[in-house]
Amino acid sequence: MSIIELEVEPLHRRLGVTDDELEAIRARLDGRDPNDLELAMFSVMWSEHCSYKSSKPLLRTLPIAGEGVVAGPGENAGVISIGDGLAVAFKIESHNHPSAVEPYQGAATGVGGILRDIFTMGARPIAVLDALRFGDPVDPRTRHLVDGVVRGVGGYGNCVGVPTVGGELVFDPSYGGNPLVNVMAIGLLEERRLTLAAAPGPGNLVVLFGSTTGRDGIGGASVLASATFSDDDPSKRPSVQVGDPFAEKLLIEASLELIDRGLVEGLQDLGAGGITCATSETADRAGTGILVDLDAIPRREPGLAPFEVMISESQERMCAAVLPENWEAVREVCDRWGLPVAIIGRVTDDGDIAIVQAGQEIARIPARALTSDAIVHDRVAAPPTHRRDAPAPGAPSEISDRLPERGTDPGAVLLALLGSANLSSRHSVFRQYDSTVGANTVAGPGRGAAVLRVDGTTKALVATTDGNQSVGRLDPWLGAALSVAEATRNVSITGARPLGVTNCLNYGDPTRPEAFWQLSEGVRGLADACLALGLPVTGGNVSLYNESASGAIAPTPEIGVVGLLDDIATLVGPAFVMVDDAILLIGAAGPGLVGSEYAGLAGEATEDAPPALDLAREAAIQRFVREAISRGLVASAQDISGGGFGVAIAECAMWSGLGASVRLAIGHSPAVDLFGESPSRLVLTCRPRYAAALELLARQHGLPAETIGSVGGDRLRIELTLAGATGAAEERGGWVADALEVPVRDLSHVWEHGLARALGWEG
Amino acid sequence: MPVRVGVVVFPGSNCDRDTVRALDLVGAEPVVLWHEQASLDSVAAVVLPGGFAYGDYVRAGVIARFSPVMRSVAEFAGRGGLVLGICNGFQVLAESGLVPGALLRNASLRFVGHEVAIAPVRSDTAFTRGLEIGRGLRMPVAHGEGRFYADAVTLDALERDGQVLFRYVDPAGMPADPDHLANPNGSLRAIAGVMNAAGNVAGLMPHPERAAEVILGSDEGFGIIRSLVESAAQAVGQGPAVIGTGAR
Repeated sequence: MSIIELEVEPLHRRLGVTDDELEAIRARLDGRDPNDLELAMFSVMWSEHCSYKSSKPLLRTLPIAGEGVVAGPGENAGVISIGDGLAVAFKIESHNHPSAVEPYQGAATGVGGILRDIFTMGARPIAVLDALRFGDPVDPRTRHLVDGVVRGVGGYGNCVGVPTVGGELVFDPSYGGNPLVNVMAIGLLEERRLTLAAAPGPGNLVVLFGSTTGRDGIGGASVLASATFSDDDPSKRPSVQVGDPFAEKLLIEASLELIDRGLVEGLQDLGAGGITCATSETADRAGTGILVDLDAIPRREPGLAPFEVMISESQERMCAAVLPENWEAVREVCDRWGLPVAIIGRVTDDGDIAIVQAGQEIARIPARALTSDAIVHDRVAAPPTHRRDAPAPGAPSEISDRLPERGTDPGAVLLALLGSANLSSRHSVFRQYDSTVGANTVAGPGRGAAVLRVDGTTKALVATTDGNQSVGRLDPWLGAALSVAEATRNVSITGARPLGVTNCLNYGDPTRPEAFWQLSEGVRGLADACLALGLPVTGGNVSLYNESASGAIAPTPEIGVVGLLDDIATLVGPAFVMVDDAILLIGAAGPGLVGSEYAGLAGEATEDAPPALDLAREAAIQRFVREAISRGLVASAQDISGGGFGVAIAECAMWSGLGASVRLAIGHSPAVDLFGESPSRLVLTCRPRYAAALELLARQHGLPAETIGSVGGDRLRIELTLAGATGAAEERGGWVADALEVPVRDLSHVWEHGLARALGWEG
Repeated sequence: MPVRVGVVVFPGSNCDRDTVRALDLVGAEPVVLWHEQASLDSVAAVVLPGGFAYGDYVRAGVIARFSPVMRSVAEFAGRGGLVLGICNGFQVLAESGLVPGALLRNASLRFVGHEVAIAPVRSDTAFTRGLEIGRGLRMPVAHGEGRFYADAVTLDALERDGQVLFRYVDPAGMPADPDHLANPNGSLRAIAGVMNAAGNVAGLMPHPERAAEVILGSDEGFGIIRSLVESAAQAVGQGPAVIGTGAR
């Protein structure tokens, strides 16, 4: 029987398999045609989501070697040793398309999926970070999606008891039809418990435990994540998986207990591709095969066709390879946690995934044909013919570079930025998450990188996510490299040493040369930045086809970084610490306002460009700040990014309740120096007696450094001076705005209410 | 010998490890009590930790009361044994009728997860000994159903009989109105914690066990855990000498 009868189009095309791919499938089956079940299995495993068929050649160029790396790309999560016999597992993954169709379940199962990737390795999940991107906050559809996604993240994460400690919430019109839901999870494990997703040892039992298998999420990965789709297509709703966080909680505890007691030889979670993916990947990794007894698989409902059982993406399931003598113990553990468990097959030595139903073999495919030997496409990349979009009709045409000089009050600009949808406080969202369960959260969401203590040691893990789409839209190499620079800088300014990078590459349809060029440039930027900073890429995920009726998203490389702080007592935060501390500016502003939040308010000048990134300078400033902190010179450290120097120092003030008075030398223009987002700059504070030593240390690292003022009072005062000028404002020429002076209370007020106002959550 | 304090673990408990750790810090010996066991293993007090006992898809705590361990906890409480419910543990106690009142969905209809301040109403109970009346203690809340509710007659009686243990307070230290941000869930009369008439069973929504160490932002919840353990030690005749002095 056909999967779907009475259709004119051949089955393989309806399953998203091209004619060329069907030919390649025949070649892997010794020339024979696949039957319908086999074709369904291929269609899922050769989907973009499972096979990385477009991105694989690019991903091979990423640096993956690094100090302490225990598991890298290809495993469920990257694992890096942190000493004391411990290791950290971390990974970021997308759940964009399901969230666009059904925001609550899409986001919830996104959290569930990435958590399984972590505990499959033998690590207890200790933190989640969510990088969320939506369209215009005024759009009712955006508001619906934000509300659903935030509730979904919270509904799942809060219940499983893993704290949500950070992430991002970014609005950009390009995400209007295609929101991004990227979730990063971090886990901690004893290194000796590291468990790999393999099915070794012919004769071993293949055991499925967790939820039963049903019709939800049929072909979720292949249908949703691997094709462009139109808005609100109800026909795709059955492809969205449904999450059960309580089942996940049970699965975490049962899996970790099985690993702890040495009862499993290999463990794999069931995500995209369901049982097909879990069996073929574990067999391929171990060089074995698996014989699956279809009738033994516990079902949620009767009447499931074989292909539905094999590709269902029902959530909260795990697959283990178990020695026959351990079966009783495995069953006892699952029973105690109330989880259905069944032997669904055996590890074989023939290298094939074979499916048996009622004693008859109904499918046989070499495991590697589904996984490591899946098809790889050489896509065509071509840069756009118009590299720089003309301003949209009606867009402001002012030369934004000059705005404050033309009489605009820079204090008003600062307040507008602080209250903007992208720079205002995210607390109205973050407070819907449990950020403290686990009792390890030293710094939670909303104020720079998250910090988690490593219980039983003096150490702490520092984590952040960053992604830059506004520059990436014009220069995808730069957007990716800036994302890595900012994420790692945010870790370094706490004093922690970045350990590795995980990435979620959100791009458009790879069969379009321009979108594929964006992806290949993004990967090149990621590789260049990681090499310059000496960091391994330990894994990640690629999400393509992020396009809707309103067009493709801006290319969005989402970067997750985990760092290690050896002694938590040395931790430095971004907020001012003490009155009279000296304030230092490290690094120098470069020209270019394109892609900045300021340009979002003021408009972009047609001849302007994004700011440049010097990766050697970036590496130097991160080395410098880590050294300065380890020497005990630094009281607070803040990086300059969204909203530029003005927003950076305003945050230092708001988060401490302390004012500041500084003089800022204008090297370019007030807009560039105050609000430009050129990278590789920091605002540091220290006890006054350490200021000279900090400046000296910065210069030894080849960095410009200047003491620009001090902490104190209840107002933020920024006096603008011509570079090198010391006289009164009038002598410096009329074009320099005199000063910016705003009470800290006023800064806080607009900052705290901006997001809720933008989303219509408060009047 | 350290006093044994039981920590009930339902399959969906997720604050059990945090609670065990806080009890360790105080110097007690935490004893895990699995939800399917009827024996309380001779503990001197029981803590019901936070989480989502059996998933809480119906209503928080509604199924947990039927578990074997809860039958034993109810008996234990009936004999005067000390029981403290935190967050989901409070919900379970309220559903079981072991403490007065009900915990409704938050007034905002959203989960709330942030730091609040709660002030002890009394300093002479098993759960608040040594605490300063009216002084705000900072600790996190994290719940979707924490709005304390009872009818006006019951509320009056609770106040009259001294069964209100903690109130949410604003930065000025005053009880926070249900519509004030400092009252995170709209609890009536700013009630964050109550106890039974006998004074041996108490519940509160905020998480003192997550605020037992300075490194986590606050150690102001430590005193509540310490009070419970001291009272438990006294109840079994071990005296307060075994009590740890505090957190790092």
